[in-house]
Amino acid sequence: MSAARRFLPPLLSGALFGGGLSIGGMTDPKRVRGFLDLFGAWDPTLTFVMGGAVIVMAIAWRLQARMARPLFGERFALPGRTDFDGKLIAGSALFGIGWGIAGLCPGPAVASLALAPTTVFPFVAAMLAGMAAHRLIPERRRALATQGS
Amino acid sequence: MSDVFANAQPLHGLIGGVMIGLAAALMLLGAGRIAGVSGIMARATALADSDMSCSSAWMFLLGLPIGAFAVAAITGLREAEFASWPILVVAGLLVGIGTRMGSGCTSGHGVCGVSRLSQRSMIATATFMAAGIATVVVTNHLGGLS
Repeated sequence: MSAARRFLPPLLSGALFGGGLSIGGMTDPKRVRGFLDLFGAWDPTLTFVMGGAVIVMAIAWRLQARMARPLFGERFALPGRTDFDGKLIAGSALFGIGWGIAGLCPGPAVASLALAPTTVFPFVAAMLAGMAAHRLIPERRRALATQGS
Repeated sequence: MSDVFANAQPLHGLIGGVMIGLAAALMLLGAGRIAGVSGIMARATALADSDMSCSSAWMFLLGLPIGAFAVAAITGLREAEFASWPILVVAGLLVGIGTRMGSGCTSGHGVCGVSRLSQRSMIATATFMAAGIATVVVTNHLGGLS
């Protein structure tokens, strides 16, 4: 597969994604916190962002179901878990608290590096540190468990 | 009626949402992958194993600020206001740990998973929305964050 075929789809997808986040107001923490302020001065703008994205993707899933392989790849690699556990709930709750505090989630944080690199850098760095911490903790537990056995 | 939702920009929201949907559709139908930003970040920094190649993950992440910059250049959109860095650090840590523990964020669960009618994603989305709403209620009650 040529380099252009491999690199262009994710680059275009990212650029379209970042542009959409920006137009829709997801990169503006005030608007995000206004959207989450359901019991105060609620700003419904992000309802339209989520709605528009979900409708387009619902159509995409229908198309995907009829395709044997992706247009620029060998096979689909999609999540298939259907179980629920405490980690799904606890992790999502922690994420929601962080989202509510700063009005930033991962996509808009990275996109905001374009206009406010120094301001947003602490958030992105801390986010990566949090991801690294999550990766280390279970490994330590696993190591302790094998030591014990 | 004009005072209600005075700051809302439904048309901007819809255009932005359709662009995000098309971006996620391009990733799904083009590359056969989920456009989940937290997962792609973890992949790019070798903090997660995934089927996506490291270079594709970096291409996607590189695209995000490029797209945001292009929109700002065209529309004259200016830098938003962000919280102070200590607050951003605390929030970033929570977002980093939470999105890995919960296997996704607003893009992977909220857009890709909900549109697929994945029950895991719908539960995750309901949870982070509820937690976000509760957090804003509490912090606004405490006089807001700066």
